[in-house]
Amino acid sequence: MSDPLLVVKDLVKRFPIRAGIFHRKVAEVKAVEAVSFDIRGGEIFSLVGESGSGKSTVGKTLLGIYRPTDGTIRFKGKDVTTLTKENARFFKKEAQMVFQDPKSSLNPRRSIKSTLEETLIVHKIARNGRERERMVGGLLEMVELPPNYMYKYPSMLSGGQRQRVAIARALALDPSFIVLDEPTSALDVSVQAKIIRLLRRLQAKRQMAYLFISHDLSLMRTMASRTAVMYLGRIYELAPTEELFTNPLYPYTKTLISAVPVVSEEERRMKPEKQSLGGEIPSPINPPGGCAFHPRCSLVERVCSEQLPDLVEVKPGHFVRCHGVTNA
Amino acid sequence: MEADESALPLEGSKITITSWMAFKDKIGRGWYRFRRNPISLAGGSMVLLVILLAILAPYVTPYPRHAGAFTDFSSTFQAPSGSHWFGTDEVGRDVFTRVIFGYRVSLMMAVVVLGLSVPFGVFLGLVAGYFSGRIETVIMRTTDIFLALPPLVMALAICSAFTPTIEKAMLAVASIWWTWHCRLIAGITRSIKTEEFVQASQAIGSSHARILFKDILPNCASALMVKITLDAGFVILVGAGLSFLGLGVQPPKPGLGTMISYGAQHLPMKWWLTVFPSLAIFFLILGFNLLGDGLRDMLDVEAEGI
Repeated sequence: MSDPLLVVKDLVKRFPIRAGIFHRKVAEVKAVEAVSFDIRGGEIFSLVGESGSGKSTVGKTLLGIYRPTDGTIRFKGKDVTTLTKENARFFKKEAQMVFQDPKSSLNPRRSIKSTLEETLIVHKIARNGRERERMVGGLLEMVELPPNYMYKYPSMLSGGQRQRVAIARALALDPSFIVLDEPTSALDVSVQAKIIRLLRRLQAKRQMAYLFISHDLSLMRTMASRTAVMYLGRIYELAPTEELFTNPLYPYTKTLISAVPVVSEEERRMKPEKQSLGGEIPSPINPPGGCAFHPRCSLVERVCSEQLPDLVEVKPGHFVRCHGVTNA
Repeated sequence: MEADESALPLEGSKITITSWMAFKDKIGRGWYRFRRNPISLAGGSMVLLVILLAILAPYVTPYPRHAGAFTDFSSTFQAPSGSHWFGTDEVGRDVFTRVIFGYRVSLMMAVVVLGLSVPFGVFLGLVAGYFSGRIETVIMRTTDIFLALPPLVMALAICSAFTPTIEKAMLAVASIWWTWHCRLIAGITRSIKTEEFVQASQAIGSSHARILFKDILPNCASALMVKITLDAGFVILVGAGLSFLGLGVQPPKPGLGTMISYGAQHLPMKWWLTVFPSLAIFFLILGFNLLGDGLRDMLDVEAEGI
């Protein structure tokens, strides 16, 4: 096993809610609370959870789009928690991001060429305009688009084509790590499959590591080597993907997996009994005490509402944060 | 809808698109939408007509010499006729000629005031909207202070403290006018900076300046265009008001407001001295407002403060 590419330790991100003329902090959105994990080179690591669980915030905080409130991020052994001029240059070449909705992640007022050139200009990759144009064409070919699409504007492209452009932008500096923030959830199903195939091909060819943020569990099962389940800003279960699917321990994970539609009889037999959850995900401004899932959990005990369980390694590589599992 | 393709076969596509074609296409679409909007077309034609008349004033007016300190006491106070369409004034000058030359001053006022205040206001607005927190508070509260002063009152104060000239009036109005642009742009910037394409540029490592001018400013362009067009009319009105009060254009230079003010002494008998300059102001401001409204509909601008 190689050294981890990215090590995240106790990452915290809170968004202050300010009010009044003095911008006094009146409350906080606890988007990410003490999240730790590591990603190895060339690995596909997936982060799953429902909307509002903080998974996108983890991705954006990792890349310095949001400034972390606390915790450390190390990339290839270097501390990139707070980006200074020097380490930003290094880190931004190595780590890139593909956003969820290509409609909003591409500037409608910039041509595809202008969007893709931006990286090359900022990092002074090409010597002159003609070389940049050639490189932009190469990037478009890499994502299987005709090079002359560079003169188009995002509004002239379909959703799938736009997402290909967004992927090309992430590839421009030949990164070793890409955060994929639900890259297919804004697309049609038929287009999703093509984008996924492209992402797999690129990953295999360039040996990049992906942090794949998704709520599509069946997709993660076929792609990711390890999966972490997030709920209200915390990781509650982390395991090799196959282990997580065949032997989920945390009640929330079980519910998620039971909700995945199945096609074959064999899959149906392996699947946990169908459970549905009552209620909505609680507010991250004022999360429930103890284990955040306890108001919706079927196995809730008294201790669950009082004390946050630790993330415990119950099997090699399989971590879970649950009183019901660790006390039993 | 997008059940197609996403990736097109590389070899199969014979269509070549060049940057020039894409540019032509973009301009063509804008012109098509502009043409189909009768309001903006009417307003645009009115404004264009006035601008052409003002630029070509020495060649299109019948008595260009009447624009200055010219006197012809044999033909004072003549009613509108074939040789003097808008009549003549108290020293025998052709009112039509002076109205067209008056447009020059009015348009110059709009160009100078907006030319000074728009870049300043837009820059502060971008900065305030993009960097939230203390910078924003300082800029926006300063803006509020200036907003509390009506431009006309500010101009009155400056022009009555010093010798009144049209240049001072322009500066005075410009010193207030930037606030509207600052607020407008700050609001738009605040909403655009949360868009993912801004975060994408941050993830790439673009500098703040590049993000402000390459990502955010182009997305303000439509709203800004509408705002500037509508503002041009208001600035001209303020300028005419100042001239009317004797604080703007000084005689013998022809200013529309000055002409109305002098003509008012001869109402109601010598009505052409006030009515024609007033109609001239009305025509130009209506043109700007129609053009602005048409542009707003055409560009689908929905921003507060316009």
